[in-house]
Amino acid sequence: MTPIVEIKDLRVEYRGRGLGQAPRLAVDGLTLNVNTGEVFGFLGPNGAGKTTTMNVLLGFVNPTGGQASLFGVNVREPIARQRIGYLPELTYYYKFLTAEELLRFYARIFKIPKAETEQRIDALLKLVELEAVRKRTIKTYSKGMQQRIGLAQALINNPDLLILDEPTSGLDPVGRMKVREIIERLKSEGKTVFFSSHELGEVETVCDRVAILNQGKLMVEGRVGDLLQKYHSNLEQIFLRIIGYLPAPQT
Amino acid sequence: MNAICAVAGVVIRELYRRKDFYVLFFLMVIIALTMGCGNLINDAKREGYLKEICLLLIWISSLVIAISTAARQLPAERESRTLFPLLAKPVTRAQVITGKFLGCWLACGAALVIFYFILGVVSASREHEWRVLEYAQALWLQWIFLAVVIALGLWGSITFATPAANATICLVLIAAVLVLQRHLNDIALARAEPARSFLYAIYYTLPRPEWFDLREPLIFHRGWPGGGEFAAVSLYGAAYTGFFLLAAWIGFRRKSLAT
Repeated sequence: MTPIVEIKDLRVEYRGRGLGQAPRLAVDGLTLNVNTGEVFGFLGPNGAGKTTTMNVLLGFVNPTGGQASLFGVNVREPIARQRIGYLPELTYYYKFLTAEELLRFYARIFKIPKAETEQRIDALLKLVELEAVRKRTIKTYSKGMQQRIGLAQALINNPDLLILDEPTSGLDPVGRMKVREIIERLKSEGKTVFFSSHELGEVETVCDRVAILNQGKLMVEGRVGDLLQKYHSNLEQIFLRIIGYLPAPQT
Repeated sequence: MNAICAVAGVVIRELYRRKDFYVLFFLMVIIALTMGCGNLINDAKREGYLKEICLLLIWISSLVIAISTAARQLPAERESRTLFPLLAKPVTRAQVITGKFLGCWLACGAALVIFYFILGVVSASREHEWRVLEYAQALWLQWIFLAVVIALGLWGSITFATPAANATICLVLIAAVLVLQRHLNDIALARAEPARSFLYAIYYTLPRPEWFDLREPLIFHRGWPGGGEFAAVSLYGAAYTGFFLLAAWIGFRRKSLAT
């Protein structure tokens, strides 16, 4: 399998904010590959370095050391982001725009032709069930609706790789189910999904492979089935043991 | 170019959907129309005074719109976190800066056109003639000056974390340049070295707003700059704009933006 996401010996250190405050190591020597067509779960407790790693992949944060590439292109190059879709942990969009205006704006950045843009907008708003409110400004949307418009903007360029940062965070069970259905649909279409989540039951259901991070270090990486077999436990138990909340795993 | 135009389009859309913009805009229009229609000053040179006050209002209003719009661009995007989905697209940070600048500049240009149109109507109703070319020249140079102000505001928005801090500092700086710059030369002459050289350095480094200000020629119909002067001042403004945009890009291009 061809790796789409390649992370090699990644290190990210944040400077101390106050005088005399020591720098904080957010990611420590992370090496990871995500292959074409995989749904990859990126797990870890809060502050483990998941979002920082995603920020490096998206070019928001400069790594202190190591390398990261998407589709073989260094993440610093904007072209590396041509074939990706990104959904942030919380929804952040221009609230003065309507759903279709927002999607049109992002489509224009991807240089999608106008006729195709309109077709994609129709299809995506149908997919995320926001057709009826397409002309309403985003500030009038509920949290779940905002998360869904977020998902639609992440798919506007028909990406080969989706980076989702806790896509079900703060959603009700129906919203979570819908997001899960969309991820499974993307998986069936052969898309690669790289996502972080605290919903371990969900991760167990939809992911092919997972990696567990703790304090910036990669603790475990492997296929979900292999891990469950190796540790004779469910993913939540494995996770709690690996991060040291429960006694060490019995393999 | 697509990305730049898309970013500029969002800036313009945000501006015309914001209510505070309309408050300032209508306030200015009402004052200008009232002054133009009423017989407030009982003087033979009344038209001149009216024009002067209207033009001063146009300068103040357009500067407030330019600074308040430009200064909030990047800090507000960081605060509301809309910057992250945008930068996750194949768009360079230079394109974001250029798009923001273009959006602010075009929006300010549109406001200026309306302001000058109202002034033209009010003046023409009194003077029975409308010197369109003179108005266009005054508008153009003011628009170039606004480009300098907007670029400065964008540079500030890389440095200062909040829109309010950036807008305040930009307003103070521009007000200081407008009021003090032309007197710095005299102040420098009265000082001993090294203060003199230091003040001269500031004098020559700061942009010269009076070169962009055609209020007096517009009021008194004299002292118009020639074609060469006009082009030189336009280029002078473009150079400052380019410098401030470059500084903004240098500050922004490698800036870490943790979500």
